[in-house]
Amino acid sequence: MKPPPFGYHGPATLGEALDVLAEAGPDGKVLAGGQSLIPLLNMRLAAPAHIVDVNRVPGLDGIEAGPSGVRVGALARHAAVERSPEAAAAQPLLRQALRLVAHPVIRNRGTVVGSLVHADPAAEMPAVLALLGGSVRLASRGGEREVPASEFFTGPMESALRPGELAVSAFFPALPRRSGTAFHEVARRHGDYAVAGVAAAVTLDEDLRIAAARVACVSVGPVPVVVDVTAACGPRPAASAGWEAAAEAVRDRIDPEGDIHATADYRRHLTGVLAARALRDAASAARGEES
Amino acid sequence: MTTRLFGEPVRRREDARLITGQGRYLDDLGGGALAAAFVRSPHAHARILDIDVSAALDVEGLVAIYTWEDLPGALAEPLPLLIPHPALTHGRTAYPLAREIVRHVGEPVVMVVARDRYLAEDACALIRVDYEILKPVVGIEEAVRGVHLVHEDVPGNIGAHLVQEVPGPGGLTAREAIDAAPHTLEFRLDVERSACTPLEGKGVYARWDADDGSLRVYSSTQTSTSVRMAIAAKLGLPLPKVEVIAPDVGGGFGVKIVHPWPEEVLVPWAARLLNREVKWTEDRREHFVSSSHERGQVQHVRAGFDDEGRVLGLEVEILHDHGAYTPYGIIVPIITSTQLLGPYKVGAYRVEFSSIYTNTVQVTPYRGAGRPQGVFCMERTMDRIAAHLGRDRTAVRAANFIQPHEFPYDQGMTFQDGRPLIYDSGDYPEALRMLKELIGWDSFPETKARAAAEGRRIGIGVGCYVEGTGVGPYEGGHVQVTSDGRVHVSTGLTSQGQGHETVFAQIAATELGVPIEKVSVVTGDTRRFGYAVGTFASRAAVMSGNAIALACRKVREKALRIAAEALEADPRDLEITDGMVHVAGVPSASIPLATVAVLSNPLRYAFDEEAKRATQFAGPASDDRPPVAEGEEPGLEGRDYYSPVRSTFAAGMHAAIVETDLDTAEIRILRYAVVHDCGKLINPMIVEGQIHGGVAQGVGGALYEKMVYDEHGQLLNASFMDFLMPYATEVPRIETAHLETPSPLNPLGIKGAGEAGVIPVSAVIASAVEDAEGITIARMPVSPSDLHHLRLER
Amino acid sequence: MNETGHHVRLTVNGVVREATVPGRRLLSDCLRHDLGLTGTHVGCEHGVCGACTVLLDGEPVRSCLTFAVTVDGHEITTVEGLARDGELSPVQRAFTECHALQCGFCTPGFLCTVTAFLRDNPAPTEEEALKAVAGNLCRCTGYQNILKAVHRAAEIQAEEDR
Ligand SMILES: Cc1cc2nc3c(=O)[nH]c(=O)nc-3n(C[C@H](O)[C@H](O)[C@H](O)COP(=O)(O)OP(=O)(O)OC[C@H]3O[C@@H](n4cnc5c(N)ncnc54)[C@H](O)[C@@H]3O)c2cc1C
Ligand code: FES
Ligand code: FES
Repeated sequence: MKPPPFGYHGPATLGEALDVLAEAGPDGKVLAGGQSLIPLLNMRLAAPAHIVDVNRVPGLDGIEAGPSGVRVGALARHAAVERSPEAAAAQPLLRQALRLVAHPVIRNRGTVVGSLVHADPAAEMPAVLALLGGSVRLASRGGEREVPASEFFTGPMESALRPGELAVSAFFPALPRRSGTAFHEVARRHGDYAVAGVAAAVTLDEDLRIAAARVACVSVGPVPVVVDVTAACGPRPAASAGWEAAAEAVRDRIDPEGDIHATADYRRHLTGVLAARALRDAASAARGEES
Repeated sequence: MTTRLFGEPVRRREDARLITGQGRYLDDLGGGALAAAFVRSPHAHARILDIDVSAALDVEGLVAIYTWEDLPGALAEPLPLLIPHPALTHGRTAYPLAREIVRHVGEPVVMVVARDRYLAEDACALIRVDYEILKPVVGIEEAVRGVHLVHEDVPGNIGAHLVQEVPGPGGLTAREAIDAAPHTLEFRLDVERSACTPLEGKGVYARWDADDGSLRVYSSTQTSTSVRMAIAAKLGLPLPKVEVIAPDVGGGFGVKIVHPWPEEVLVPWAARLLNREVKWTEDRREHFVSSSHERGQVQHVRAGFDDEGRVLGLEVEILHDHGAYTPYGIIVPIITSTQLLGPYKVGAYRVEFSSIYTNTVQVTPYRGAGRPQGVFCMERTMDRIAAHLGRDRTAVRAANFIQPHEFPYDQGMTFQDGRPLIYDSGDYPEALRMLKELIGWDSFPETKARAAAEGRRIGIGVGCYVEGTGVGPYEGGHVQVTSDGRVHVSTGLTSQGQGHETVFAQIAATELGVPIEKVSVVTGDTRRFGYAVGTFASRAAVMSGNAIALACRKVREKALRIAAEALEADPRDLEITDGMVHVAGVPSASIPLATVAVLSNPLRYAFDEEAKRATQFAGPASDDRPPVAEGEEPGLEGRDYYSPVRSTFAAGMHAAIVETDLDTAEIRILRYAVVHDCGKLINPMIVEGQIHGGVAQGVGGALYEKMVYDEHGQLLNASFMDFLMPYATEVPRIETAHLETPSPLNPLGIKGAGEAGVIPVSAVIASAVEDAEGITIARMPVSPSDLHHLRLER
Repeated sequence: MNETGHHVRLTVNGVVREATVPGRRLLSDCLRHDLGLTGTHVGCEHGVCGACTVLLDGEPVRSCLTFAVTVDGHEITTVEGLARDGELSPVQRAFTECHALQCGFCTPGFLCTVTAFLRDNPAPTEEEALKAVAGNLCRCTGYQNILKAVHRAAEIQAEEDR
């Protein structure tokens, strides 16, 4: 299990990186944390002619948190984002989700942006971006474009990234006041990709009734599946129990597949269970924030 | 008092190098060696039409490419069938490189040697093999239908068929006993495939010495002596010209007892041919598809029993998935069928197994070696009987136990070593009592009710087993005291983490009365000890431990004889303490063992101060006696062998409490308790470690691990990402208690402990999940997805 | 097909080491085969087992999922570098005291992971210790003694710091 040969490029500036990527075109692959790409290379399931290692490019590891949200640079490692108190304050879902991504040691190297570009339907961060309606900033020699989450994930392991482009950052918007989030998942082993997982965001009105509720589900479709369950939750007090209707709404909307770890039916059932749990926790977080 | 080390939790002597990165595992050796890699079959069943290597020839650093056509003489023949058995009427083994037909994904087809492993893999990727795809046979049921065949000349895909029958009282057959019983039950059980998956894969490194015409091979093996013989035979080399060494081995668990693996003969062959050092280090993917698997069985059970739950008759029919080849014979299903009875006496027993070929990786022993399946069968039967009668599950077990006064107890069958299945000792009622106390069996109903009141679902389970350990034929030990007072112990069998360097040193230090620091132990090196069988079947401590003890006793006797002469005392009055031979009670009348070693070897030449004392003119010589007395040999050393009449039987009982999530169907083990009896403990710390590791593997088999093949014979989870070996988060804390029923069969009174932990775990977890859920569990492992569906079917 | 060699300069266990390697050389292979530091082990080469874990600028990473060229100029600590002046580190001592290793193949990865963990969290709870080692596979020990060793190492460290 050794990687196939490739041309290695270690650009020292963003401009240089974009030049090399432009030249390599479809034969080039960006190397960020390598925690998804290198396993594929070691198994020779991928054989790009050129690897563009951006780890030496300065200025890409930023984590900028503000009232509107968190912008995460291409070289910000999972661990750095997870640990950032500013990021957690601006968007708590980041930390909630990152704790479920792989193991701490993998998070020391893997990047949030890499995880988005990798677009594994079982991964947590794409679901987070999709739930929050965030975006990814793509740069190429021709300029930059900001692609919203709804257009960024195009299929399993497929994103809107074009040959020659580098994802330079991703933006995770903050939620309105009186909002709360939660991420629940079931993985076979601690740290594994989830069999099913649900990120939830709930926003309350001034009377602490549910004004908006949404979930994003992993491992149940080709891309993260976002379901607005506001209607199913009704404008009722967040403190009251009973998320079953929302869970049912989620189950109706997803179309999971079976694999060696779980049947499609179990995934559907489980996603409903996790949606109810995540919504309940998100709602209590929303209340907690207010009090 | 002699130095008491036997029975103490002595810290491991191997650790010093292993925690500092100074261990020497296979791939740590041979820095400059060429690397081998293999083109392996991507198909489960296919005919090789053509192999085109031309594209690979341009790879820089390529040294050689070999196919079956290149193999000379015995190397071109199928690999040996290691353990023939009359019932194995259609034993089949693979060629080192596939000849014409491939029978499982991963079978080696082409061997590539290159400057390093990266380049060797590059060349492999460029070799084109044309295949005609044949119909694959996957799954026991499909194989039994016999519509398509794995081996053209094996009808019905049945490699072996064996019936063992033990009549009940009055000569009743099992069928008659069941038919006459007040209650009967009939059901089917399924156990999935798993595998040893040691963290270090296999590996071979060979050095040919052209000047000397000799070969040195390092292999990550559980049996270096037998690998050596196989290599000599396959390569046509005189045995003395071949030496095989097992370096530090990163776990084995059974898979490394199989030999010779294709690579174990191909790598040395290539090294000799190329006159270069060659090394092959198995990678993880190769390990999944080209080593061995185990466990897969379907069992049909019929049991007849009385109102107490006593089993009057038991009939079991086993379909055993053997994969594509049977290099290790039918040891696994034999063990399942014989060890199935556990601590129980059943009235009449009939067991029948068919060993079935499928187009999957071969099946050979994995820690437990067929016992987990047998115990699963018996313990599920016990639970079903209890459920049927509405009796406590432990009461039903107790009603069937062999009682302490009934030992030796003859189960009336032939065990895996070809010897009668006679249990030597044990105390099963006491073990059960201890277990129930440890886990709180009797108060569990209240615990369960309390949990239920909190909306939680928990259950308790139990499982018992008996394990034949320390199987023959023999092991040997050599002990030498050198003139510096150091004690050098060697034995032929190998180590893969069991702490043999420590345990054997404890035995030697205790027997010889020397500080343990003076003792060094070498295992698995044919340069030091050429006769051995290997490390498997929980036999190392029993076999080599006793052999070393016997060898030490010879050395001790000789030492006392020589010392007696020097001290002018009666040898019977002498003792050895702290490396000094002295007259009992008179510490001043003493002589160091080192000096005894010097005296034991009369010398002509002095090379150091010690040696000077043994030269011809040094002491008062007696003129009328030869320097080496008749019947004596120079040197203070001894060699002895231990060869038991039959195996010794360890036993144990486990219990677990599990919680199942009402919504997600996740299963969590809250508590896990073990009562274990492996006779006298040499080192309790090491025995506990073995139990922990075994239970963890058992938890893997019960809840996480299985080999998933699709209908094309592709292994769908050939990675650690998808083959779910438990992490620390998946393994419960294990509470242990020891019972010591010494074995009357060997001088040290010990029994094997290596495999025990894994054996009953699937049965225990099934029992506990069943108790929590009230759903019958008949198939392991059980995942949350499985449990969810079982709930729906209820 | 001739691959370009890249010159890399790593500070391994405090010593500057240099090698010329192809771009695809995994850090694990570079350490083991180019620099002869075979204490770092390789159990899967896809990031799951953790046997290859080393410290990169003090933080544990999978050396099988890192190219040697990527870390050119950085500091690496391997199991060979945990003992100071021939004296075993608290984590190493705790592992042997608690019988936290059997075959020892997984051990270097655990030792590196735990060393970094206890530096950041010198007095971990049971749960924290469990999570810290939960990304490393061991097939031999069943983990119980490894967990014991984490706490024991914390204790030794605390005693020494006192
Ligand atoms: C054992 C293990 C368990 C894991 N478990 C999980 C898990 O539970 N959940 C989870 O979400 N992830 C998991 N991962 C994956 C991990 O989170 C990765 O870090 C992440 O998926 C990819 O980030 P990376 O920086 O390592 O990307 P890389 O591996 O470097 O790249 C991944 C892909 O994205 C592309 N890419 C990366 N960055 C950019 C960029 N800036 N611009 C353009 N293209 C780019 C690469 O070309 C490549 O195609 C696991 C990994 C391992 C090894
Ligand atoms: S070898 Fe790197 S994680 Fe297994
Ligand atoms: S000690 Fe063998 S794998 Fe951990």
